Formats: sequence, structure tokens, C-alpha cells
Amino acid sequence: MTKKVSLRIFRGEKGEGDLKEYEVELDEGMVLLDCIHRLQHEQESDLSSRWNCKAGKCGSCSAEINGKAKLMCMTRMSDILAETPEGKPIDVRPLRTFPHIKDLVTDVSWNYEMASKVKGIKGPEEPDWEFHQFEADRAQEFRTCIECFICQNTCHVLREYHKFEDFGGPRTFVRIANFEMHPMDEEDRISDVKDVFGIGYCNITKCCTDVCPAGINITDNAIIPLKERVVDQHYDPLAIIWRKLRGKA
Amino acid sequence: MSEWTTHEYDVVVIGAGGAGLRAAIEASRAGARTLIICKSLLGKAHTVMAEGGAAAALGNADDRDGWKTHFRDTMKGGKYLNNWRMAEIHAKEAADRIRELEQWGAVFDRTKSGKIHQRNFGGHTYPRLAHVGDSTGLELIRTLQERGVHLGIDVHMEYTVRELLLDDSGTCVGCIAYDRVDGSLHAYSAKSTILATGGITRCWSVCSGSWEYTGDGHALALWAGAELIDMEFVQFHPTGMVWPPSVRGILVTEGVRGEGGVLKNSEGKRFMFDNIPEMFKADTAETEEEADEWVRQVVAGEKLSVRRPPELLTRDVVAKAINKEVAEGRGSPHGGAFLDIATRRSTEEIIAKLPSMHHQFKELAAVDITKESMEVGPTAHYVMGGVRVNPESQESTVPGLYAAGEVASGLHGANRLGGNSLSDLIVFGKRAGEFAAARASELDQPSLKKKTIVSAAESILEPLGREEGENPGAIYDDLREMMQQKVGIIRTAALLEEAINDLDNIAERTKSCNPGSNKRYNSGWHQALDLGNMIDVSRSCALAALRRTESRGAHTRDDHPQSDGEKWGHTTIVVKMKEGKVIIQEEELEQPPPEVESRLERSLKGGEEE
Repeated sequence: MTKKVSLRIFRGEKGEGDLKEYEVELDEGMVLLDCIHRLQHEQESDLSSRWNCKAGKCGSCSAEINGKAKLMCMTRMSDILAETPEGKPIDVRPLRTFPHIKDLVTDVSWNYEMASKVKGIKGPEEPDWEFHQFEADRAQEFRTCIECFICQNTCHVLREYHKFEDFGGPRTFVRIANFEMHPMDEEDRISDVKDVFGIGYCNITKCCTDVCPAGINITDNAIIPLKERVVDQHYDPLAIIWRKLRGKA
Repeated sequence: MSEWTTHEYDVVVIGAGGAGLRAAIEASRAGARTLIICKSLLGKAHTVMAEGGAAAALGNADDRDGWKTHFRDTMKGGKYLNNWRMAEIHAKEAADRIRELEQWGAVFDRTKSGKIHQRNFGGHTYPRLAHVGDSTGLELIRTLQERGVHLGIDVHMEYTVRELLLDDSGTCVGCIAYDRVDGSLHAYSAKSTILATGGITRCWSVCSGSWEYTGDGHALALWAGAELIDMEFVQFHPTGMVWPPSVRGILVTEGVRGEGGVLKNSEGKRFMFDNIPEMFKADTAETEEEADEWVRQVVAGEKLSVRRPPELLTRDVVAKAINKEVAEGRGSPHGGAFLDIATRRSTEEIIAKLPSMHHQFKELAAVDITKESMEVGPTAHYVMGGVRVNPESQESTVPGLYAAGEVASGLHGANRLGGNSLSDLIVFGKRAGEFAAARASELDQPSLKKKTIVSAAESILEPLGREEGENPGAIYDDLREMMQQKVGIIRTAALLEEAINDLDNIAERTKSCNPGSNKRYNSGWHQALDLGNMIDVSRSCALAALRRTESRGAHTRDDHPQSDGEKWGHTTIVVKMKEGKVIIQEEELEQPPPEVESRLERSLKGGEEE
């Protein structure tokens, strides 16, 4: 007998719609994205979802699965069934923080607007830069970000308080940290971190770190060091006097 | 009556992977008003899935390396069917393109002395691949994406281009696309158009490609009258995942073997020692001891004094060897071979060098690669064939239309070396952008013919008006399964002829499939349209494969198992479209001039193998 699974998927456009229940056949080793594809190929031709690599490398297929944002391609059905109460369907909804487009697809363009406000790298003109692996390590952690925007979706400053005008969100701080920790970079982004990206709104609850599928230590390694640099540059009176004395105010 | 929005640009780049982004950066830098149109969100293109690294003769890991060796390796790997000039340009310019990426923010892994580290890969004489762990593609695309964003290049994300627009003289003057989100139509007037759409491997059911890999650029070029070459050469990467079924085909980087991983059959034998082609015998270890000494030297960072393990032979050779083991009953439980890194390197080293492989197997197959062997088998990975281009400028045979990256052809010949794809993207992406911008600077904005736009618009919207019919997803699955069975790694005339017939049936079914009527992010509609490209591209492959009655590189004919240097060693198969039909013809391949030829040191005339 073939095993079947019940999925309850949000169907609709621009936030209007409701959860619809479907039954999909299950094979060994399937991930949730396989079920979505099977459903689209066999039952619901116009079902919308995003995906690309199906291996956790591109960050396209984020969705809220039983209330928790994850990558559908890395969510094994055996795991999700184990945590879903017997007889209950698995809930699949789009990311709630961003404007809804259709079914499981949301408008994440705000993240790209934020990205364009981050100053790029500024290093020496001469090629063949030399730096060591332990220096590369600090920046490389941030460069494993796959831009799934699950951290942005989870951050309550965005999700509950909608501070899209004043706050960059964890992904933006990871991007900034990647440049700031680059061993050859000479750009100054600290005023922007405070004023443009509103790092003060973050009260380090670490929700972003908990949900990151790339395992980036967002709060401890990106946000807190950036907060410290802001304090050092803008609020530490001794540091300010010291810079004035050295003519670097 | 259809409605559309018209846009005007100097240069329109179709595709936002490594080649498209690099082309757009160069065009924009030259002052051209540049637009990128891409099917996915920015930063999600197929390049992101590249793992092992980008090949460039930086000489950091071994100072004996240089562009001449890289050139020779590339030509040999391609069984000398490469466009020699593209191979030369690529080998000469790759190193500068890598250095440039570093200045744009890419953080490559380092050597002990603080330079860019280089990894071993199949077919490369020296360690040559600049890399970031095993997620080099992500680094490359993110770096280029950030550079592009800071240059202020316009991007139309989640748009699909359906037709190139031509003027009366057959010059490409733009394209027409639809917005996947709301179904709106967009016409683009462009002085130069660059195809950077990647490959076609979604036409096979076991593939490492994403949904984007439906041969859009190949089909657009074909439909616009451009020539394609080498379409019979589809690379089956030897190591894709084989279990569980849902992940079958997902790539396992060649970096596993570059870091010392070995292939074994069900009897525990390292079967690659029995599969060394004549032309590679002189460069390959003869004994396990020699191969193990090579790994020891690599791990110690010593200059290599012994020959490389046979697991690092070119991809065509390794894929066929695995195929043979499985066919002869010595495969792994799920129909592959065992790839073992667990007993070769320490847990810490594996996690540091191959983090994404470790993660991928742990999450998707419940296999800990630091403790157990992986099961791997061939997966459709890359098409060597594509749009015929001028080696210097990347212009196609249609004026105003350029192609770069996987959609272009010539660099890789009959088989691509691992690591040569990422470097291909940045070397020829840059050139395409440069030449496209130069052309644009001398032209007025082309005007578009209303009639052409209307007819293109109608064919885009047509599937939405069907009242009933089957789900396009079902046809899509059938096409991929058919190609897997009949135009796969081992081919015969009978199977290829069947495939060509089957494609006619699939084309008929496609005409009446029903994706519903919703324009908004309708996956079924997108598939119904993609099927059109997939059918013509699949047909191009099958026809070219049928014509080449020999086995060479990635093209293996069971009914013609030998290389036939006399007949095919200097012959290119050209595909084009005439009156709505895909036709093929043979052409003599231009040979390198004597001073270049002498650099090749061909071990056998014509590059015969087996």
C-alpha cells in the first residue's frame, strides 16, 4: 500500500485566501519540496512555489512549515511527520513578514533594496592580496549566507513591528559584517549601521541565529561586534576624546 | 488584444548567473545602459550550485603551472574538439579574472603563505582550482551580485524571455519577456543582446540542474537563426547522489576526489585502475601505493612528485567506468558506486574542506560522510554544446546577439574539465559584455516592429486560453524520463531514433496541455512554455548524437564504441533551424596554427581514446 501524507497549503493571492488540504503519495526519503512538486505536477498545475537547487544552497524555497520558517528542500518528510500530531495535516504557509504574491510565494524585494544601501568593499588597488586563512575565516562565515531571508522573516522588529523604513534586519547586518571583517577592507560603514540600518532596534534575542539554515552565528558574530563598533565610534566618550586628540574625530 | 510595456537599453543580458552578471558588469563599466533579465531572484541562478572551484593557472600551489599547461589540459580533456582560440584565451585570462574577483570581495581559501589556495581536480596537471570550501559558486555569484548592485545595473527579476526580436536584415534588436509574478508582457529594444542562460540538463530526469535549466538560450538562439554546435556532447558528472530517490542527481563535488576520496565497487575494489585510457596512462598512477603517496603529498602541501590517482581522470572516463561497474553487477545497493573519503581524511579535515557535502548527506540521506561511504552515480550535469560564437567577441552567427557561459560553445570540446566552467563564465562573460557595449556605442536605438511583438505576445498567452487538457507537469516529467532512457550516457542509433519520434508525440501533447487561465505566478503556464524549448533542444541533442557515429569524450555510442579519428576527429556538428525544422550538418573544425599545435603535445593523433 502506498503511504500518503496530508498537507494543508495556503492558496490565494495578495494575502487573500485560505488553507486547502491535499493528499500526496509519499516515497522513501522525500523532502517537503518533493511533495509540493508532486502536487503541482499531478493535481494543482498553477500552484506557486519558488525553488532552485533543492540542496540547501540557494535559499529560494523558504516557507513556514507547521509555524516554523524553514527551507522546504531540507525538510525531510520523516522528520516533519514525526513532529506533527497523528492524523493532523502538515501546515505549509508563505513567509508572513513579506507582502504576499501567490500561494507560497512572497515579495522579498525589500531585502534587495537594503542590500543596495550597503557600501561595498574598498581594498588596495593592487591585485594579489595576501591574508591568512584565520583572517579569511571571520569573513567567510558570513559569506555562507544563502539569502533565504528566514532570519528577516523571524526577526520581531520586522515581523511584529514592521520597521522596514528604519531597520536593516539580520541579513543586512550579516552582509555588513562580511565587509567589515574582511581583512583588506578600509571602508567605514559604522555610521550607516547606526543611522541607516538602525541596529539599535535589535535587542539581541537571537531568534535569527536560531533559525539560520546556514548555521551562521548571526547575533554573536555579526550583530554584537557591529553594535560594539557603533558604541565605540558614537557613544564612548573616552574613545571620542582619544580620536579628537589624534585628529581623527 | 495583448498589451505590453516597452523598455530601451544599450545592452540587455538574459540570465544572472556568473556569465550574465560578469557581462553586465563589463557593459555597465563601459558606460552602456545595461539591464539583466532573469528567471529567478537575483543570486539564485545555477552558478550558486557550483561547488569545487574555478580553474586558473595562478601558480600559487605549484609554480610549475602556467597558462600553457592549462591550455593543454583543456584541449586534451575536450579530446581536441575544442575551439583552440577560446581555449587559449580562457587559459590566458582566467587568472586575472580570479584576482579581480578577489578585489571585488570574494574571500577564497588561503595557502599557508596567505595566497589564494588551489585544489586538485580531474584532468588538471597541477592543483589549479581557486575555491571556497565546496561552495565556490555561491562566493562567485554573491561577489558579482554585490558588484553589480553597486554599479546600479537594472535587474528585471523573475521575468522569462520567450523570443528574440529581429529586424528585416536578421539582426537581433531585442527580446520579449513576461513577468512570472503577474504575467505582464515586456518588449525590450536593445542594441546588443547577450544570452547567458546556462544549460539544458533539466531535459534529463537524473540531473544536477535546477528548474531554470530548460535550454532557454539555446532555443532562443536556434529560433532566431543562430547556429549551435557540439550538441551531442552532454556531460554526465560521475558523482551525483543516487539515494534516496528524491535527491537522485544532486551533485557530489569532484572536490571529494580532489581531497583524496576513492571510488570502490561492491567488492571493495578501486575499479578506476582498470579504466585508464591510453591517452592518460602517462599521467596516472599505476598502483594504489603511488595514488596514496599523491594524496599524502597533497595533504602535506608538498610539490607533487608522483602521478595522480585514476579517480581524477576526466569526468567522461569516470562516469563511464561507474556505469560499467553497475551494469556488470558490481554496483552499490542503490545502483551506484561507493565514494569513500571517511577512511582517507580526518573528520576535521572533511568538515573543513567539504562542509556542504557533509551537510547535504547528513540532512538529505542520513549519511555521515566522515564515517561512511557515499553512494554516487552519473548525473546529467553540463552541456558542452551551445551557441556558436566568435572566440574573441562571443558574438553569435546572428549580428547583435552574443552568448557567454554554458549557453555558448567551443571552449570545452567533447568534454569539459571540472573547474573550467566557473572560469569560463568570468572570462567570456567579461568579453561578451565588453564587445556588446562597444557595438552598442556605435548604434542608434533600434525600433521594434509592432507586428512581431504582437505575434510573440499571442504565443506566450496562448496556453492560458485552453479549456481542457492534461497537466503540463506530466508532459514535462515524461520528456525528462524519455531523454534519460534514450539519449542518456550510453546511446544507440535505435534508441536515438525512438527519441526523435517520441519528441514529435511530446510536441503534439504540449500543444494541447492545460495550465489553467491564471497569469499570476502560474507554475503550469511556465512549464507549458518551457516545454517548447526543451523539445527543440532535446531534438538538437538527439539528432547530433545520431549523426556522430563514434564514441568520443562525453558522447558514447554502444553501436560505435571506438573513436573514429579519421572521420570525426576534426569534425564539428552544426545545428540550425530552417523553416521551422531542426537540421544538422557537418563542418571541418579549424585546427590550431603550428606554433599552437606544438604546445598541445598530443599523445595520439586525433585524440583517440579507449
